[in-house]
Amino acid sequence: MLPGKVLPPGPLCRRLARSACAPEIRCMGPAIRIENLSLRFGQGLLFDDFCMRLPGGELTALLGASGVGKTSLLRVLAGFIPASGRITTGSGAGLAGQVAYMAQEDLLLPWRSALANIMLGATLRGVRPDRARAGALLQSVGLAGQANALPATLSGGMRQRVALARTLYEERPVVLMDEPFSALDQLSRARMQTLAAGLLRGRTVLLITHDPLEACRLASRIHVMSGFPARLSEPVVLAGATPRQVDDPSVLQHQGGLLRALLGEAA
Amino acid sequence: MRPLVTAAGLVALWWAVQAGFDVPAYLLPSPQAVARALWMQRATLAADTLTTAVETLAGLGLGIALGAGSALLITLSAGLRRWLLPLLLLSQAVPVFAVAPILVLWLGFGLASKAALAGIVIFFPVMSAFHDGLRRVPQGWLDLADSMGAPAWRTLLFVRVPAALPSLGAGLRVAACWAPVGAVIGEWVGASSGLGYLMLNANARVRTDVVFAALAVLSAMTIGLWWGTDRLLRRLLYWQPE
Repeated sequence: MLPGKVLPPGPLCRRLARSACAPEIRCMGPAIRIENLSLRFGQGLLFDDFCMRLPGGELTALLGASGVGKTSLLRVLAGFIPASGRITTGSGAGLAGQVAYMAQEDLLLPWRSALANIMLGATLRGVRPDRARAGALLQSVGLAGQANALPATLSGGMRQRVALARTLYEERPVVLMDEPFSALDQLSRARMQTLAAGLLRGRTVLLITHDPLEACRLASRIHVMSGFPARLSEPVVLAGATPRQVDDPSVLQHQGGLLRALLGEAA
Repeated sequence: MRPLVTAAGLVALWWAVQAGFDVPAYLLPSPQAVARALWMQRATLAADTLTTAVETLAGLGLGIALGAGSALLITLSAGLRRWLLPLLLLSQAVPVFAVAPILVLWLGFGLASKAALAGIVIFFPVMSAFHDGLRRVPQGWLDLADSMGAPAWRTLLFVRVPAALPSLGAGLRVAACWAPVGAVIGEWVGASSGLGYLMLNANARVRTDVVFAALAVLSAMTIGLWWGTDRLLRRLLYWQPE
């Protein structure tokens, strides 16, 4: 796993992060403000004057029942669907070009090898792919020997690790994750969480999940989303480094409360 | 192995019917008579097969290029799709048999009119299969490409087209079976060589054995073409499960 020294965002850290002699340096992700977001859905409003803050360089988890609008929020942030409102980073700029996206499906292209899938972004932008960096990422997700493997020959957990490496290859300061580990069995999921927590350190991450345990292990802030139009609960703030152990007292303490909050709105 | 057993069984049945019911040779020639015709007419058959094969391949090239090209065009531009798609559908409503004489009139007795007919026959299956594939690319892949900052044409080249290749392959297999039909129709209408021309002449002279011989060669050619296409596609679409 990369040790990862996180610098505040700016041109200096961007230059250092690109240079080959300091591969362990990472820029800290910016804080994100979502203000007065409105989004129509059918007859009603999915979001009406919706506001949210994502602290820079931290992982925020979003829990909520199916259909409450978690994925729509993420798609708005990623720029896939237009919505009215303001989404700005700490420096006042928009999010365009700063976001990497990881979905529940691995979205690996079946005709490209694991390594070529990691470098897909370079191919699509028409820039020279960085094989050395892609290889290092593949190694950091524990798949060093699988560079030439086609996705169909990899297990679900391995494919999701390739997808994580592809997300990291993009070197974006903001990462949006839509239930990225929910299709995995419990053991693979716990391993992926540990791996992801290390590799995503310093980035601003929004993680959508159904799993209070996952949220408690990875996040520094957890919101529960509910209602139509959607509203956020007051955040549950967890202290300490991530990933937290499964039996960490703060994990155990908050997990039950979050599950109860989720069940309460379902009833 | 199994296709050979089936073929041998059919020939045996054919022989039994012909010999058992004493069918006159001008209605149904015996398998031996057809084999004899195949051997005696081998020079003519070879020359005519070459003609038909060249027409078929030229038609395949033309039809695939036009079909795949139109599929890309109507995928890229919604405006073009609204104008072009009804026109393309209309072109399919005109029976090929009906336009064959006109095409021979316009393009002459030679290769061009047959290639055009074969091309017209396969154009639509190729276009609709490829267009379908291009439309049905999983939205997740397109979102991913979007988040990576890809221009639309690079997404088309590196995501949509490869994703649609298996569908295009299905269209190409159909095309390989139908292209010889287009060529033969063209030869019936007007030609100076080719298997269709040979069949028409032999039929007029009640040389039913030669008609059957030509038919056998045409079938073998079509099966060979399909088999070659299938092998090539399996190799190109290496990531597809069997």
